[in-house]
Amino acid sequence: MYRYDQFDEAFVRERVAQFRGQVARRIDGSLTEDEFKPLRLKNGVYLQLHAYMLRIAIPYGTLSSAQLRQLALIGERYDRGYGHFTTRQNLQFNWPKLRDIPDILDLLADVGMHCIQTSGNCIRNTTADHFSGAAADEVEDPRATAELIRQWSTMHPEFDYLPRKFKIAVTGAPRDRAAIRAHDIGIQVVRHPVSGEVGYRLFVGGGLGRTPMIGKLVRDFLPKAHLLAYLQSLMRVYNLEGRRDNKYKARVKILVHEIGIEEFRGRVEAEFAALDPAAIAADPEEVARIEAYFAPPAFVKLPETSQRLAADRARYAAFDRWVETNTFPHRQPGYTAVTVSLKPVGGVPGDATSDQMRTVADLADAHSFGEIRVSHHQNLILPHVRQDELYALWTGLVGAGLAEANAGLITDIIACPGLDYCALATARSIPIAQAISRRFASPERQREIGELGIKISGCINACGHHHVGHIGILGLEKSGQESYQVTLGGDATENAAIGQLLGPGITATEVPDAIERLVAVYLARRQDGETFAEAVRRLGIEPFKAGFLAAPAESAHAAA
Amino acid sequence: MAPAKQKILLPAILLANDLLDGDVIFWATRGWSVDPAEATVARDEAEAAVLQTVATAALSRGEVVDAYLVDVTLRDDGLPVPNHFRERFKIAGPSIRQDLGKQAAFAHLRGRA
Amino acid sequence: MPLLDADGFRADPWQRIAPGEPVTGEAVLVGLAELPAVIAGRSNTQRIGVEVVNTVRLPELSPFLGQIDLVAIAFPAFADGRAFSLARQLREAGFKGAVRAVGPVIADQFTHLVACGFDEVEVPDAIAARQPEDQWRAALASYGATYQTGYGAGASILERRRALRAGQGTAS
Repeated sequence: MYRYDQFDEAFVRERVAQFRGQVARRIDGSLTEDEFKPLRLKNGVYLQLHAYMLRIAIPYGTLSSAQLRQLALIGERYDRGYGHFTTRQNLQFNWPKLRDIPDILDLLADVGMHCIQTSGNCIRNTTADHFSGAAADEVEDPRATAELIRQWSTMHPEFDYLPRKFKIAVTGAPRDRAAIRAHDIGIQVVRHPVSGEVGYRLFVGGGLGRTPMIGKLVRDFLPKAHLLAYLQSLMRVYNLEGRRDNKYKARVKILVHEIGIEEFRGRVEAEFAALDPAAIAADPEEVARIEAYFAPPAFVKLPETSQRLAADRARYAAFDRWVETNTFPHRQPGYTAVTVSLKPVGGVPGDATSDQMRTVADLADAHSFGEIRVSHHQNLILPHVRQDELYALWTGLVGAGLAEANAGLITDIIACPGLDYCALATARSIPIAQAISRRFASPERQREIGELGIKISGCINACGHHHVGHIGILGLEKSGQESYQVTLGGDATENAAIGQLLGPGITATEVPDAIERLVAVYLARRQDGETFAEAVRRLGIEPFKAGFLAAPAESAHAAA
Repeated sequence: MAPAKQKILLPAILLANDLLDGDVIFWATRGWSVDPAEATVARDEAEAAVLQTVATAALSRGEVVDAYLVDVTLRDDGLPVPNHFRERFKIAGPSIRQDLGKQAAFAHLRGRA
Repeated sequence: MPLLDADGFRADPWQRIAPGEPVTGEAVLVGLAELPAVIAGRSNTQRIGVEVVNTVRLPELSPFLGQIDLVAIAFPAFADGRAFSLARQLREAGFKGAVRAVGPVIADQFTHLVACGFDEVEVPDAIAARQPEDQWRAALASYGATYQTGYGAGASILERRRALRAGQGTAS
């Protein structure tokens, strides 16, 4: 894992002092609220409904056990003993006091963390595949690239007041687990088909929100050394040309859409041609310095499969189910990557108590080289676990309520905080997730249904990524009531697609039945081994639409 | 930053978030209160205009954030309950965590709003 | 409006000339439309500056950069960051004169402004009153170094790491 050197450390300490000063100047009147708001947002401080919220950056979703313990401590000392892991691999605390936040930032700096650019109209925390460094299909661990981007984008003097927020995601594998085409810039580490050189494929203009778009290819192959210069060129075109007259048209996706990808590419390349990439790039020694932090841990040489695991699985059925759903093939023989589900049936997706964070930190020390990942599915990952030790790990997770065997299944629901916390929300998300989760609680039923991603957003900003859910649910207000639109056929992977609306909005109480009907269509029509998403792709939306609309439409009053 | 609503429906109360704590607060007889039961209720346009003046002044002094008037219905015990569900959640706390927020602190917010 | 640079508030030697007004004075600040004529009619010692909106494109300014001493760029709002890129482009194009930010920028942006090539800011009275000189100076001092190479006068963090490596290399 990356560790701050003296320069990173000094930089972050300066930012804490800077924010402490800004809070003081807000209180003494030097800064108005209108001036202070963008400054606090750039430090991750939102005003939600009931309180402030602090969003902590977890760069590319990688955490050490020491960092996770510190988050647990902050949760207890300054919040209500729990935190919420988000779809951008970050952590949110829902109840901090503004007066305490500078002290919280100091505690974060103690473990090499910060809240910089977790909100505001700037380049946000760079996200990455949560199985980076573990996945068998990877060209290269993308986190060294993500760290380079993190540093380059941190308090960039030119790009700190963009038209709108800007999100970058990186994957090192052809299977896209980082939803790169749903980001403003998506970066895929690729090997050049002819030369074999490792470089980047770049997509631009993806994004969800009010006008969802899939990222378009802007550069098929970019040499690694050109990355920062290319990003600078692209950001400059966006900063100068992106719309500022309407916040709903200010994302780069709208610019790309309005002028066309060819024209956009041309403008970026013209900027790029005028720059000297070598003057902007990190030198090879610096690249090597960063890469060294992401060298594989000291794996033990093991056989491909563990006899001990096989024996444990044969003995304990619940453990066997969990292994089946919550482990992911590792590149290192004898190891596996484990999903620690933060989706207990009926629970709040992504929430973890301070005690649970400590448990995961301890288990990471015991079984995963002290390393933890946050997935954009709002789960935690222990990336490097010996298959021999899975049973011991599982036992530890069971004790903490963290062993739900549902990774990728219908109860592994993504949900934004919605109107239970968020000032922007138009409806609640979490209770919808809870109701669906309870409805499909049966482990047998979940396994029979198989892989199915439900994603729920409480407003059009789409933090719950509903557009790219196999089933997407969007909470809106309709005539003074919470109302939910359901979409089908979204996909966040390399087959990225935006879901299509199935029909008019329904009430909260109607949602579980509606999901039941969609699942019934799938189960009735699926072919051998076909997942829900594959069946939707083959069958199209119509049979599902018919199933969705089969409900009595006049039950709208039932919610009252 | 508070959206100045054009037409204020009555009766109405003034709520805001405390600058330093973030807590939801209500304009009451003796200044800001954390208890919605103490909120001053404007019953006519003149009283609402007074609340609007208070909001504008408090925002310009920078002592609160996001101050705005909310139309309410008075419950039989006199508690002003916002007509919109957003503000009902804002006052009570997260519906999924009844142990948190004002609903945990004030019995009059539990089970009835 | 008060004018401020890295040394603090100071008198503004530049005189704004509205279209149609006589272009007299040692240092005159004019609009882009008037600029060609003003340059053509300049007296020997007269310094000329141009004041532009932040949507102006570099090619519109390029022909004049060798003949003017100041480019003043408007900030319609402090959160409208287009001028940061425009200032950078002016510097990358080799402009050696002064670059001024005009509008409601705040002290907290001073480091970014300087790093992108601005020398001075001209802010509304209300901001100058709320944010006196010491706040602008403190803002400038709040960054020891930044990550981006080529922005600002000091060595970037990348360059400092390089220097540190080189130092360690010679020491060993």
